[in-house]
Amino acid sequence: MQRIIYFLNRNKELILFLSLLLFCFYLNISYNQYNKSKFINSSNSFFSFFFDKKRNISKYLDLEYQNKILVEENSKLKKQLFNDNHEIVGLPKQKNFEVTATSVIKNSYNMQYNFLTVNAGSSEKIKIDNGVISSNGVIGIVDKVSEKYSRVISIINKNFLLNAKHKKTNFFGVISWNGIDPKKVQLKDIPKRANITIGDSIVTGGNSLIFPKGILVGTVESYKLDFSENYIEIEVLLSSDLRNLDSVYIINNNNFEEIISLYE
Amino acid sequence: MNKIVSNILFSIFLIFFQAMFLNHINFMSFVNPYLYIFLIIYFPLKTNRSIFILTAFLAGLIIDFFSDTHAIHAAACLCIAYFRTYYLKIFFGMAYQHQVVKFKHLEFKQNFLYLITMIFTHHLILFSLEVFSFAHLNIIFKKTISSLIFSFILVIIFFEFFIKKSR
Repeated sequence: MQRIIYFLNRNKELILFLSLLLFCFYLNISYNQYNKSKFINSSNSFFSFFFDKKRNISKYLDLEYQNKILVEENSKLKKQLFNDNHEIVGLPKQKNFEVTATSVIKNSYNMQYNFLTVNAGSSEKIKIDNGVISSNGVIGIVDKVSEKYSRVISIINKNFLLNAKHKKTNFFGVISWNGIDPKKVQLKDIPKRANITIGDSIVTGGNSLIFPKGILVGTVESYKLDFSENYIEIEVLLSSDLRNLDSVYIINNNNFEEIISLYE
Repeated sequence: MNKIVSNILFSIFLIFFQAMFLNHINFMSFVNPYLYIFLIIYFPLKTNRSIFILTAFLAGLIIDFFSDTHAIHAAACLCIAYFRTYYLKIFFGMAYQHQVVKFKHLEFKQNFLYLITMIFTHHLILFSLEVFSFAHLNIIFKKTISSLIFSFILVIIFFEFFIKKSR
């Protein structure tokens, strides 16, 4: 007994080190593998408070650029309104979807698992699995909500998957990110017979309940056959610049719970 | 007592500076300096080692909370905090074992090797855990080396200003 105590006492630093290290690995691996660990996140109000304060100071530096984006979007929407073209509806017109405008207070794009924090939370009726878009295209999906803030899984997160389609031919595929270039994502599982040219638009498909159909994701930059040689893998150049985000919109599907309950 | 309070305040400043500004530099869209490990590298030598390891872990965990990374900073800080004793033994030898090493009186040459090893270990563990795949070894090394240069420059500037100056 005395020897055990002596041993423990002598190696207490090693034991402390190993137990804390195991705890870290547990958190890290449980996130990477199962996408589950939500213990660590910046959407809780203590940590977001500081990002909010920082944004209040720094938002004035970027006003000109953000104004330009908003004016461009306005003119695009006006054009749609005057031409009454139902096919390229950027935002849904039915009452199925509700749109909340908010702003990004924290953004990252240099890592493999990127997240954003936006300053709208459960008090603005934001829910988990709401979609997030900017005026140019898809940004991500809400993954954790607190009272005033919520955390968004960015489209350039290796755990992010999105149903998308080639706009001209309507072939469906899955969007994911390989972790290399924050300007490009990969669209996989498009059949070989699809007739794809460089510059075509890739839009969200209607299969997901999160995003309305037809929101722009990006354009085809290059494509090649994948290893099975039956499917095409497309490099998609993202239409929204993830490195410079300010105003974003959160989309809530009012029928989400009803449709989900059908599958349970 | 006074010194402990000022050290704690300086650590809090470093962590906030890291979380608020340095994490958002993103030079060439992936390079960030990691200055906050300054407080682990130059943590007072005579502190109890268990307390030192716990402090390093906490500092890493706070950075993790700010940057939404899943305990990778905590793990990397923990490792360099644990390995620091052995690195000090290697680089300062007898002087460290007789407890006469003082960071204030370090020569640039000695300091250089010690710093590079500590920062390299930290960044290597950090980015290996972040990328978490052997298929992307090139990304790990690219990020490690480029961030190493920036972190090193910042840490050496802070060293000259805050530790050398107080001599």
